[in-house]
Amino acid sequence: MDSAAVEPSLYTVKAVFILDNDGNRLLSKYYDPELYPSMKEQKNFETNIFNKTHKADNEISFLEGMTIVYKSSIDLFFYVVGSAQENELMLMAVLNCLFESLSQMLRKNVEKRTLLDNMDGVFLVVDEIIDGGVILESDPQQVIEKVNYRADDNPLSEQSVAQHITEKLALTSNVLQSAKEQIKWSILK
Amino acid sequence: MIKKFDKKDEESGSGSNPFQHLEKSAVLQEARLFNETPINPRKCLHILTKIIYLLNQGEHFGTTEATEAFFAMTRLFQSNDQTLRRMCYLTIKEMANISEDVIIVTSSLTKDMTGKEDVYRGPAIRALCRITDTTMLQAIERYMKQAIVDKVPSVSSSALVSSLHMVKMSFDVVKRWVNEAQEAASSDNIMVQYHALGLLYHLRKNDRLAVTKMLNKFTKSGLKSPFAYCMMIRIASKLLEETEAGHDSPMFDFIESCLRNKHEMVVYEAASAIVHMPNCTARELAPAVSVLQLFCSSPKAALRYAAVRTLNKVAMKHPSAVTACNLDLENLITDSNRSIATLAITTLLKTGSESSVDRLMKQISSFVSEISDEFKVVVVQAISALCQKYPRKHSVMMSFLSNMLRDDGGFEYKRAIVDCIISIIEENPESKETGLAHLCEFIEDCEHTVLATKILHMLGKEGPRTPTPSKYIRFIFNRVVLESEAVRAAAVSALAKFGAQNDDLLPSVLVLMQRCMMDSDDEVRDRATFYMNVLQQKQKALNAAYIFNGLSVSVPGLEKTLHQYTLEPSEKPFDMKTVPLATAPITEQKTEIAPVATSKLPERLAPSRQDIYQEQLAAIPEFQGLGPLFKSSEPVQLTEAETEYVVRCIKHTFANHMIFQFDCTNTLNDQLLQRVQVQMEPSESYEVLHNVPAPNLPYSQPNSCYSLVRLPEDDPTAVSCTFSCTMKYLVRDCDPNTGDPEDDGYDDEYVLEDLEVTVADHIQKVLKPNFGAAWEEIGDELEKEETFALATVRTLDEAVNNIISFLGMQPCERSDKVPENKNSHVLFLAGVFRGGHDVLVRARLALADGVTMQVTVRSTDENVVDVILASVG
Repeated sequence: MDSAAVEPSLYTVKAVFILDNDGNRLLSKYYDPELYPSMKEQKNFETNIFNKTHKADNEISFLEGMTIVYKSSIDLFFYVVGSAQENELMLMAVLNCLFESLSQMLRKNVEKRTLLDNMDGVFLVVDEIIDGGVILESDPQQVIEKVNYRADDNPLSEQSVAQHITEKLALTSNVLQSAKEQIKWSILK
Repeated sequence: MIKKFDKKDEESGSGSNPFQHLEKSAVLQEARLFNETPINPRKCLHILTKIIYLLNQGEHFGTTEATEAFFAMTRLFQSNDQTLRRMCYLTIKEMANISEDVIIVTSSLTKDMTGKEDVYRGPAIRALCRITDTTMLQAIERYMKQAIVDKVPSVSSSALVSSLHMVKMSFDVVKRWVNEAQEAASSDNIMVQYHALGLLYHLRKNDRLAVTKMLNKFTKSGLKSPFAYCMMIRIASKLLEETEAGHDSPMFDFIESCLRNKHEMVVYEAASAIVHMPNCTARELAPAVSVLQLFCSSPKAALRYAAVRTLNKVAMKHPSAVTACNLDLENLITDSNRSIATLAITTLLKTGSESSVDRLMKQISSFVSEISDEFKVVVVQAISALCQKYPRKHSVMMSFLSNMLRDDGGFEYKRAIVDCIISIIEENPESKETGLAHLCEFIEDCEHTVLATKILHMLGKEGPRTPTPSKYIRFIFNRVVLESEAVRAAAVSALAKFGAQNDDLLPSVLVLMQRCMMDSDDEVRDRATFYMNVLQQKQKALNAAYIFNGLSVSVPGLEKTLHQYTLEPSEKPFDMKTVPLATAPITEQKTEIAPVATSKLPERLAPSRQDIYQEQLAAIPEFQGLGPLFKSSEPVQLTEAETEYVVRCIKHTFANHMIFQFDCTNTLNDQLLQRVQVQMEPSESYEVLHNVPAPNLPYSQPNSCYSLVRLPEDDPTAVSCTFSCTMKYLVRDCDPNTGDPEDDGYDDEYVLEDLEVTVADHIQKVLKPNFGAAWEEIGDELEKEETFALATVRTLDEAVNNIISFLGMQPCERSDKVPENKNSHVLFLAGVFRGGHDVLVRARLALADGVTMQVTVRSTDENVVDVILASVG
């Protein structure tokens, strides 16, 4: 990279992706056809980035010649990638907008299960924020208005929460049970 | 079995993935539901989501199945469910490239784009433009123009951004929407402003005047969008760079005023633009540096990172400008984001004083293992720069580097360290032994073949000249025992150099060579046998020619001539002199030590410039039988910049001829030139044999014409000549709009500047890694010596540079660098004269009032010696 000025352009974002806490891709968009054209290269890139970023919550990094801003929430990781010369704060604006919009849409439950349950909304949000690498909108309020998405038609009512919890508890005891079994077997061996 | 699955789901935490076990075929099966009446929006929505999810995961859809799903999806346009419709648009965009006949949705999309539902309009425009091609663009042009100036911001933004995407495809159509974009730029909505500005710039960027006007207009009216401001700053700095306007231009004032913008994004963009301007003075930098300094204490990591990264760049050119920030940078050393900490330290290393180096190095070594390879490379580069600045610190650096060399790390990182150590060794003779010792230790356990061979080569070059060369033999021979073929071969070559240079080591080297001759690899055995035989002769000249200073021919050239030779069997043995010489690699000064820059381009062995020329010239029938191309000069400008016609000349030297290649460019768009040739009038007894004209020279498309000249045979010392040049051609005037030329033209001519041929055009640079050996090899039979006084030259540096550029020879043994505070110096130059005669020059320089120079020339040909001495005089 030399000091030569970047060609002025609206194409700011090279890629955006959301990974889960094992580094699996939940959603990813690459806007520059020259950057990692094949699926294999893309996934490889994502794994690399994930391995180097998921431990420390550092917000910004520079990897494989790209500026990467990121943010995590419970079991999700959000990444926005731009070129080395890109204004870091612009990328940050995109990341914040993405996160805020999803957070509003998912009623602050930014975690994998809720996200996947509302995947259609997530696709639409990303589509409203970035179009082909150009920042289309950076205000989360505007994004939510434009997407006009009704998150989960039957939000968790009191009753369903209780139901949910009992289910969880049952599962947990199941797990405990099987763990006990396993330990027993391993001792017997 | 079922239980097992449950468990697995539970293990992956609360977020088990409902899409995890999706099967493409099952989903496509489900897609048949689209055809049911009435449409069930909820179910269909779920299926579309699954399809998009699969596409996003990289699932491959065949054309037929994609087309089938796509056509089924089009039915969903009958439903009025908003989210479903929006997902249809997304599917259209995702499938635009994999399904056939996507254009069938054009009318549905056009209806949505012009309909009453504002929620649909923007996304419909974007989907429509995604599937539109050049031919169909005309049909929707009217709608696009309306949409660009629409009152609803999302519609206008969508239209503008889509137009921008389509500029690449059909520039001419989109260009017609400039007025609408102009109108949109004055919108109140900040995103519309930004997108309009971007589109306008892309449409006008080739017209500098229009861009300037646009910029003036917007800087006056003032925009609201911070994004638009960033864009304007970039446009302004590009304009400044292109026009080379001074820093008193209104453009610079604009950028500086942005330093006081209320948005951090804009302030940072402006500061970064100023920092990146070429030839920026300390006074202009100061305000930019002070805002960056403020950012250093921001709570936002991204801002701190941006600031310190930019300061790091400033520190490379203007370390003194950053000194004011030293305190803030010190605070960042302990930043939890290691990238920031690394950048802070490397910046401090550049700006700090010599005394702080030790402390910083200690600090950096405390966390160097935690940072990514990219940043480790930055650290190594900073150290490398530091060594040049403070040569006395090399011992600290060296031990630090050797520690880093022991740590884990990728190839790029290790290579940076090895390069750094090698450059320290070359710069500082005192550090040679420690450096070599560290490298020896490294190759004991080095997995990178490239680095191992590089180090072995280095050992072979430097090792024999150290006080105790014997201690390196063990390390080198260990390689022969343990490593892969390439490394073994390199080790054998290195051993041979020890044997050739140190007589007392020769017997043991011969013993080792004998063992290498038993190697399982052909190359290793061949090398060992060859060196063994050369060494046994115990002749200095042989050693010099075959061990120290290998072949100096270009490898692709050698391959081609050998191939040619096998095609035409002849009695004569193959003559090495017919092979074109390798152009000595121009040793690049590493002035640009880019931070965090890792070029991703793989290094390819590109054919050299000369090999390309050789190919081009060989394709011209008039130039057959001239033999191999000996040397091609750098282009010489024969016109001023920005004239009607731009002509530059490249001089190609052959054994007895020269070809002048004139690269001409016509900068007049209302003229077509034909039969362009350059008439040359020589001042000496050079004879112009041929002119090969360029048949056509249309506007802004460069073309070349050639002249072939025979060098005087009777007088080999006539090496310099001046040619007066005139370009002659037929002009046909053209209609500037259509570009069609008129039927008849007229002859015209254009006087060019004179072209000089000098002694440098007859000599090719050749690097002799061991000058002393080469000097002895040629011997003193044809040696001549003369003394000159250079009255006009004031310093030794200047004298050295003058001699090098005048003779066009390669300085050896780093003798082109004059040590400071010395008043005498010896310069060694090596080259090959036209016709394949080696020529070596030793120039002893002494500084008194002027510079006195004693030149000694040795060559294998007497004429050459005379030529050199005559031309120096």
